[in-house]
Amino acid sequence: MVKLVYFAWVRERIDKPEEELDVPAHVVTAGDLLAYLKTLGDGYAAALEYPDVIRVAINQEHVEHDEPIAGAREIGIFPPMTGG
Amino acid sequence: MTPPTPNIRVQSDDFDLQTEIDALTAGRTDIGAVVSFVGLCRGEQNTLSALELEHYPGMAEAEMRRIAELAIKRFDLMGLTAVHRYGKIAPGENIVLVIAASPHRQAAFDGANFVMDFLKTSAPFWKKEHGKDGKARDWVAAKDADDSARDKWE
Repeated sequence: MVKLVYFAWVRERIDKPEEELDVPAHVVTAGDLLAYLKTLGDGYAAALEYPDVIRVAINQEHVEHDEPIAGAREIGIFPPMTGG
Repeated sequence: MTPPTPNIRVQSDDFDLQTEIDALTAGRTDIGAVVSFVGLCRGEQNTLSALELEHYPGMAEAEMRRIAELAIKRFDLMGLTAVHRYGKIAPGENIVLVIAASPHRQAAFDGANFVMDFLKTSAPFWKKEHGKDGKARDWVAAKDADDSARDKWE
């Protein structure tokens, strides 16, 4: 089980701030995870329609989409940041 | 010499610029330059009632600290403070503060500039606009210009 946390419009479209998920074995990288989540329903599909713009953090550190997710405790999924 | 530990805070409360500068320079005679940047909420031609700042608790602080430590190392800063607010912020109110201290002015200017450029593109904060009509409008879109500003430091 891995904890997924969502922010901003990704959170709004998926309609929950976080969830625990059993990830199937074929999901190896962060990019694989986005593709898998996209199949879980309309909200996920809307949130992850353009996966290239989505940012991923593993255990609260930014990663590229080719990063393996094995061993991750927490995976953050969110749009490009707009702070400052 | 051990590099200074940056003062990093993520908070809903407002901050006071002079208090933060005083805290950074108290009792020191080796600092010759302090540069501060304060980012405020714009009213957008009086159409905005507030910006709502969302953040990733834990990661926001960690990422700000990582950026601050890079700046301290790169510009040999003597002190660095970075404060970012979250929650609803009205036009005219403060959003973000960066203060860099160094022996001479150039490093302090560059350090504060560097921290802001990286903070905008990699600290996990998001802004949502709330209109004067009481309705939530949209999430602020990320700007290519912010990526370019960051990339100039590479």
